Amino acid sequence: MSSESNYYVPEKSVLPFAAATGLGIMALGAGLAVQGKTPLILLLGLMMIAVVLFFWFSTVIQENMDGLPSAQLKRSYVMGMGWFIFSEVMFFAAFFGALFYVRVFAVPWLGGEAAIPLIDDFNSEAASTNALLWEGFKAEWPLMINPDQVAGGSTFVGPEHSMSFPGWANWYHWLPLWNTIVLLTSSWTVHVAHHAIKHNNRAKFQRWLGITVALGVIFLYLQYAEYHEAYVEMGLTLESGIYGTTFFMLTGFHGFHVAMGTFMLFVQFMRSFKGHFKSDDQFGFEASSWYWHFVDVVWFGLFIFVYILS
Amino acid sequence: MAHGPAKGIGRWLFATNHKDIGTMYLWFSFAMFLLGGFFAMVIRAELFEPGMQIIKPEFFNQMTTMHGLIMVFGAIMPAFVGLANWLIPMQIGAPDMALPRMNNLSFWILPFGFALLASTLFMEGGAPNFGWTFYAPLSTTYAPPTVNFFIFGIHIIGASSIMGSINIVSTILNLRAPGMTLMKMPLFAWTWLITAFLLIAVMPVLAGAVTMMLMDINFGTSFFNAAGGGDPVLFQHVFWFFGHPEVYIIIIPAFGVISAIIPTFSRKPLFGYSSMVYATSAIAILSFVVWAHHMFTVGMPLAGELYFMYATLLIAVPTGVKVFNWISTMFRGAITYETPMLFAIAFVILFTLGGFTGLMLAIAPADIQYHDSYFVVAHFHYVMVAGAVFSMTAAVYYWLPKWCGRMYNEALGKTQFWISFIGFNVTFFPQHFLGLAGMPRRYADYSLQFTDWNMVSSVGAFIYGASQLLFLYNVISTIRSGEKTDDPKVWEGAEGLEWTLPTPAPFHTFSTPPDVK
Repeated sequence: MSSESNYYVPEKSVLPFAAATGLGIMALGAGLAVQGKTPLILLLGLMMIAVVLFFWFSTVIQENMDGLPSAQLKRSYVMGMGWFIFSEVMFFAAFFGALFYVRVFAVPWLGGEAAIPLIDDFNSEAASTNALLWEGFKAEWPLMINPDQVAGGSTFVGPEHSMSFPGWANWYHWLPLWNTIVLLTSSWTVHVAHHAIKHNNRAKFQRWLGITVALGVIFLYLQYAEYHEAYVEMGLTLESGIYGTTFFMLTGFHGFHVAMGTFMLFVQFMRSFKGHFKSDDQFGFEASSWYWHFVDVVWFGLFIFVYILS
Repeated sequence: MAHGPAKGIGRWLFATNHKDIGTMYLWFSFAMFLLGGFFAMVIRAELFEPGMQIIKPEFFNQMTTMHGLIMVFGAIMPAFVGLANWLIPMQIGAPDMALPRMNNLSFWILPFGFALLASTLFMEGGAPNFGWTFYAPLSTTYAPPTVNFFIFGIHIIGASSIMGSINIVSTILNLRAPGMTLMKMPLFAWTWLITAFLLIAVMPVLAGAVTMMLMDINFGTSFFNAAGGGDPVLFQHVFWFFGHPEVYIIIIPAFGVISAIIPTFSRKPLFGYSSMVYATSAIAILSFVVWAHHMFTVGMPLAGELYFMYATLLIAVPTGVKVFNWISTMFRGAITYETPMLFAIAFVILFTLGGFTGLMLAIAPADIQYHDSYFVVAHFHYVMVAGAVFSMTAAVYYWLPKWCGRMYNEALGKTQFWISFIGFNVTFFPQHFLGLAGMPRRYADYSLQFTDWNMVSSVGAFIYGASQLLFLYNVISTIRSGEKTDDPKVWEGAEGLEWTLPTPAPFHTFSTPPDVK
């Protein structure tokens, strides 16, 4: 509820229209690019969005330094970021939902079994689906041999190895474990940085924020190494059936979000050298750190459902 | 702070004023409504007689698809966002939306998104032809190449919706005038708060669905392909997890509009205000757990069918609460029948009819007969057209005098109402019969025994289509030359902060917050 006596309403602005134009060009360009036509329009759109975002954030930061926004407007920014993160959660929910559906229902049915025997009267139907369409296909997870292969096709060839835990003898080779440690640590370091700036300790803030950014980069490098190994040595690709599909889409979108989060924190890191942020006003950093914690939580879900329980 | 509207096109391109942005939303959605309506006319002209008369079946499929997409995402949703922009700040005593620049971005994405979507009609392979529900594998394996533009178009339109909703939630939660507690808010603001929450929750799921399609089409994944261990039915689950909340996203703001209009013309406060709030919230929560009632024929386990049937039937309870509250509001009221009230009463009757057919469809064993028939088409047009569009029309007649300081022509308004009402029922009531007799939806041609009711339906559609041109004429002539009014309370029975403002509403309102008792 508002308690301020005056509101802040900005002047008209060219930024949003430019951003919308950039998004329109991007959508057109992306549609062309995925069809193997020119990628230049896509690049143009993306560059336009990047430029507009740069100026947009500069404007907001400048307004804040000039003391224009009221406490109320700042609260709107806080709410905006919170609801944006909620929408991101729901985006991941769609992909987690797909993973659960495939593991609990689709694959067992294709293999001819009832998914949940007590509530599922589907046994006979599933059995005939299996017998008529994919005879010999066996349900398993990670799915190493696809229905297509069983039927003699070669569109979807299953992987040679999965990303599952390799056993205690080789645990230190298992990159996801290291990635989990790196990311969980980074959530803690960003929290230490937050604590530092709240107590006006700029040097400590910069040190711990810098460490967080470095951990983000390490995570991305490890993920790159994991993907490289998957493609080159394990035969695990986007095309290797539903296991590869869910693995790469979930970890890929997460990795993209880590890249975004790292970049956001890096921007805050650079800003700190320009003297931005006060002990009672550091929302640019705070928002980035919330995003970082969100990315961390998603990773925890991935680690459990994609890597461990398989 | 700017004190008045800027001159020239910059006023619109670079707008940060909620009224200007609301106006753009409303005009854009009406343009899309006419475009989608034109597609509907093409469909009804082709279905006037059996056999192929005017267009080819391939093009017919593009018409049904584009009609649905344009109406849902281009006409109805932006229309209510436009209404939210105009009204919510005035109703809660705020000077503007919480995030005015993002508000402009949310709007201006739409023309780009829909230009991209509509331009596919002229591209090689034609526009999307897989129905507005774009089920895989029709929308993946068998889709025209333009499906990629459709996918990215949906992505940016969805981003627009999410930003618009974040703005509305922040406005309502953060910018209410002192003293305006949540339970004192007008119901329209309440319904939009709930709608915006639904939008933020499910538009990302739609983005997920089209992303999975994109990957299956272009990058060899197998989400919806059983050969790789996926499942086409997975698409339907993801889609309807978005899609069912989506239909409430469309209808819940309409509840808010009706809850404003009926008390005004009954000259009584809304009956059961708090139960309205709780009922709307209950509908929203239930909308997340009923999605598979759209999929009774895919071969779900029996336990799933039973669960989704009972959960769906449960929605009738809060919906019934709302309908009875509207009727109780009118009971022993001093009712007058101006155009907005006529549309509101028609809404209550016809929406309830659509709700009843919804109950019929929710009964799993019966639905196996009705599924994908014209009965379904009739059902959802009763809630989409007589529900959402009628309430939108009512809202425009109701608030237009406040917006532009001129009264519409009452006789013309009532004429338009009766033509719409008759045209609508002549179009869609016979489609119940067609569906029960076995005519499937989305077919370009039909068997001879369906001819009579199809002819009736087509005639009704042309009447209804013409009535919308009359509406357009009435709105334009009101804005240009309607009788002037400066009464803050255009309607004597109207309550709420927006009616305390001068008429027409000045460019900036509530630059200092009002005190709400």
